[in-house]
Amino acid sequence: MKNDGITNILMAGVGGQGTLLASEILSEVLMQAGYDVKKAEVHGMAQRGGSVVSHVRFGPKVYSAIIPEGGADILFGFELLESYRYLPLLAPQGTVVVNNLRIAPPSVALGRETYPRDIPDKLRQRVADVRLVDGLQLAEQAGDPRTVNTVLLGALSNLLDPSPDQWLAAIKALVPERFQQVNLEAFDLGRAAKA
Amino acid sequence: MQKTVLSGNEAFARAAYEAGVQVASAYPGTPSTEILENIRQYPRIDASWAPNEKVALEVGIGASMGGARTMVTMKHVGVNVAADPLFTFAYTGVRGGLVLVAADDPEMHSSQNEQDSRHYARAAKVPMFDPADSQEALELTRLAFAVSEEFDTPIMLRSTTRISHSKSVVTLGEPCEQLPATGLQRDPAKFVMLPGNARIRHPFVEERLERMAEWACDQPFNRIEIGKGELGIITAGVAYQYAREVFPDASILKLGLVHPLPTRLIREFAERFKTLYVIEELDPFIEEQVRAMGFQVVGKDRVPICGELTPGRLRKAFDLETPEALEVGEQLPARPPNMCPGCPHRGVFYALNRLKAFVTGDIGCYTLGFMPPLSAMDTCICMGASIGNATGLSKVLEADAQQKLVAVIGDSTFLHTGVNGLMDMVYNQSPATVIILDNSTTGMTGRQDHPSSGYTLSGEKTYQVDLEALCRSLGVNSVRTVDPYLMAETQQVISEEMARPETSVVITRRPCVLIKHDVLEKKPPLFVDADQCTACKACLKLGCPAIEWEPGAEGGKGFAKVDRLLCTGCGICEQVCKFGAFGVCNEE
Repeated sequence: MKNDGITNILMAGVGGQGTLLASEILSEVLMQAGYDVKKAEVHGMAQRGGSVVSHVRFGPKVYSAIIPEGGADILFGFELLESYRYLPLLAPQGTVVVNNLRIAPPSVALGRETYPRDIPDKLRQRVADVRLVDGLQLAEQAGDPRTVNTVLLGALSNLLDPSPDQWLAAIKALVPERFQQVNLEAFDLGRAAKA
Repeated sequence: MQKTVLSGNEAFARAAYEAGVQVASAYPGTPSTEILENIRQYPRIDASWAPNEKVALEVGIGASMGGARTMVTMKHVGVNVAADPLFTFAYTGVRGGLVLVAADDPEMHSSQNEQDSRHYARAAKVPMFDPADSQEALELTRLAFAVSEEFDTPIMLRSTTRISHSKSVVTLGEPCEQLPATGLQRDPAKFVMLPGNARIRHPFVEERLERMAEWACDQPFNRIEIGKGELGIITAGVAYQYAREVFPDASILKLGLVHPLPTRLIREFAERFKTLYVIEELDPFIEEQVRAMGFQVVGKDRVPICGELTPGRLRKAFDLETPEALEVGEQLPARPPNMCPGCPHRGVFYALNRLKAFVTGDIGCYTLGFMPPLSAMDTCICMGASIGNATGLSKVLEADAQQKLVAVIGDSTFLHTGVNGLMDMVYNQSPATVIILDNSTTGMTGRQDHPSSGYTLSGEKTYQVDLEALCRSLGVNSVRTVDPYLMAETQQVISEEMARPETSVVITRRPCVLIKHDVLEKKPPLFVDADQCTACKACLKLGCPAIEWEPGAEGGKGFAKVDRLLCTGCGICEQVCKFGAFGVCNEE
């Protein structure tokens, strides 16, 4: 069923969380490591605080940029509810790397619906390997709460081949110079974190 | 050659540079917008935003008449606006090569319909390429300029959201160093399309398509990939990727040019296979033509017409095994897009909701005024439609119902195609009210400049349309401007103008909160004093993402709270609260 040698990473988050930059860095590092890479996402309407998804696929030769249901090797979540929402795309033996953060969608903010309880436990009931990352706490430790996306890339990097040096080169290539130092710090903290 | 990761839109822009394009024009529209934004990085290309797609294409045609290679880009529905010049430009042909990129949006990620631009290529008798990834977007676009000049025709390039916004590895080419010479060249028989000249050009157009159909049979962009077994698939564009993945052993005829179709090549391919599938996104465009050639095919009887294709949907369409998927097992709260915290449109829709207006809507961020809790939009058709729709409704309503009619339209959309609607509303004396939501930018597509924003695509200062003077010059007697952050005044002015028995315009002026931050004063965030909060939930009716309801502990009352990181300090919640529960955080 699965294409030989293709790894699929599904990123899920909320518009405005910096998933786009993270997926750019991820694609760059994978290309530099010699893989064929494809990435699919949607701009426009989806950015306005809505649910945001990026599909990243890499291997010797990738055709479709879109990951089929049950086909993701890694579910890389920037927010708990959004990660849970896209669980059906994860392969049952897959891994979840998820930011331990809750952002209320409009209906919850209005008190009309409730935010699902205990999402980390629900993920663990369904998936053996769930890695919860305290992204905001580590980003603040790095010196800027906006580096959560880089902290999460650090945590993800433990599951992928490219070396820390290759990651640092990709961050340097895509992050504006004045934010590089804090992002490199954030990456290291994410990579070292016990998930 | 240098390898890099590019989106389809970045690849279209790069192709324009490599092909020696000198002029590019567009109106922004998802998923096409980033093409012009990326072209901006090549200084030798004169790139500009036009007020609408028709003007963009007319600018492009002019540059082509002057001998320059030219690119014009738009979203699929933009082609409707540009269709008038397109159909006749197909007759005149080009001097400098012209490529029109039309970006379709299957699945309607950010669009109001799912139209298939390939029909335009056929109806306008213009050739169309349909790239399958960023590498092809680069190569086919570069080639298209040469083909445009060789066959004396404009060329359409079809993109889709999954081509424009997907990234893949691309090997760059060399930019051409010698740009074509430009200048005036009179050729009325070619460029003055009066009946006498056009009658001579039409047979040329038909013969051109026949020549191209034959030529296309031997071009590398229409290629056969030999597989195993008795299944043959004809496909094009992004659907090729899904077909290749789902049917790895099939033989595939992969079309790079979808109009005109290479009939001889299709016949050669089709005759070799017992079973023939046509796999394409949206309409049965290729399928119907292959059927008309006399071949039995499997196509839209299995492959969905509605929505985009994915490998998963294709597997289901052909009853192939799909992988086991995990289940969530509960209904999750949806997370639709929302107006940003501090959005200047929010207060206007709050007022329209309170005034129980019947709101004819338009295309932009403010279309989100449809969503609860604001729930203040009743129609949305296309760019500029709000005003004409209100005029039409007013013709069939009694006077008291006419007073409920309000058309809302953004500044960029008003200049796109709203001006003509307002002209008609005044001319034909409709008593409706038009609100121009002036946030000084084209918001939904990512903040592009336009003729009343004061800046060009390259960020230079330029002339600025005076919206008040424009409306007055059309004959509107009452044109009033308000700051939508002032809630009471905004509601008062809208209410007065709704009651006025003639056309009136209210301009609500306040820049988008996401506009370049140096022009906006930064305000401290607000907070809620939980003791003052009476749990009336009035502030929640604003639907601001920065305000969240905190349910009370067992039996206690709940209260509103403000997310300090999201709050922009716009203060409209403070004006809505009758109990003084909101306060401004002190600077720390």
